[in-house]
Amino acid sequence: MATVTVPKEEKTAVVTSPESTQKTVTLRIARINPPESTETKFEEFKVPVQKWTTVLESILYVKQNLDHSIAVRYSCRQASCGSCGMKINGKPRLACYTKISELESNVITIEPMNNFPIIRDLAVNFEQLFSTHKKMKPFIINEESEVNSDTKEFIQTPQDLEKFLQFSYCIKCGLCNSACPTMATDTSFIGPQGLAQAYRYTADNRDKGKKDRLKIVDQSHGIWRCHFAGSCSNVCPKGVDPAMAIQLLRGYLLGFGK
Amino acid sequence: MAERLSNREGIKGMANPTRYGILRVAYWLQRLSGLGLLAYLIGHIYETSTILNGKAAWDNMLSLTETPGGHIVLVIVIGMCVFHTGNGIRVMISEGGKGVGKPGQPEYPYRASSLNSKQRLCIWVSIALAALAMMYGAGVLFGN
Repeated sequence: MATVTVPKEEKTAVVTSPESTQKTVTLRIARINPPESTETKFEEFKVPVQKWTTVLESILYVKQNLDHSIAVRYSCRQASCGSCGMKINGKPRLACYTKISELESNVITIEPMNNFPIIRDLAVNFEQLFSTHKKMKPFIINEESEVNSDTKEFIQTPQDLEKFLQFSYCIKCGLCNSACPTMATDTSFIGPQGLAQAYRYTADNRDKGKKDRLKIVDQSHGIWRCHFAGSCSNVCPKGVDPAMAIQLLRGYLLGFGK
Repeated sequence: MAERLSNREGIKGMANPTRYGILRVAYWLQRLSGLGLLAYLIGHIYETSTILNGKAAWDNMLSLTETPGGHIVLVIVIGMCVFHTGNGIRVMISEGGKGVGKPGQPEYPYRASSLNSKQRLCIWVSIALAALAMMYGAGVLFGN
């Protein structure tokens, strides 16, 4: 992405705190407003930080005190909603889950996630991720799943549960899709998020929709485009490990898995 | 314009081996060595096809490979071949769902089972074998 650094005066808020020796870091925030402008500019802001300050808190500090026009999506502030994914110092991370202190840098560069269309500044469009997720039929397919007086609840052992539990922790933050090298070049690739969800339901012994789901992933822009670079699992903030799910699903397709 | 707004990293992002650990480096090396071997194969077919033009043409082509530059190319080809084979076997086994760990309850700090020590060890062994083969090849080619 071609970028332009705007040489402008540093923006700093007057810190009224008595702690005059408080540490400050520089946030370099990408500013882009398509379709009016497709050029990315970086604006720099100095913000005071504590050792527990998260990147999201520092962005909100900027919004509150220095420049309220920065577009950022966030909600829960506790790594549960998956809204605040962005590229922080070159790597996709959740802003609410990343402490400034762990980045070990006095300059924090914040950009929108790659492989997602930009809405404005740090906010990206999740339309493709959600539509792919929906295509994976993310629900139990079982004719006997309707609850009525004649049906019993499905009984699963802890071992049955362990086969899919970790993949059900996906919060759809999109970090995996942003880190994936195949997603970087293939606009039609299902992506690690969708493929991991396909495995989550395929591994569930209550589900009877394996055939339908495998037909969806077994195509040219599907599971075979994954080359096990492991970047998706490297950035996942919830331990979902999409790379494992994809390899297990592929093993299942090849007849090695159960 | 549309591609610009989609913010895809493109080939530049795909080919960047940093940021995501040793598996991404292995992915990059596998692609690079694969392309290198493809180029070598095409060159090799061209080289051997010169025999159709007679002994003089063949000797002329062969003399190119017997220069220090030609030997360095062959040493690199040996390294690419060994790494591509070793790492390729790891990837093939992993892509069959073997050696990527077992699903379970994720525990903080959520280290991914698929990026386990066996995978990392296999990558380092492939790199080490490639380096050893390159050293042996260099010894044979430059020793004479």
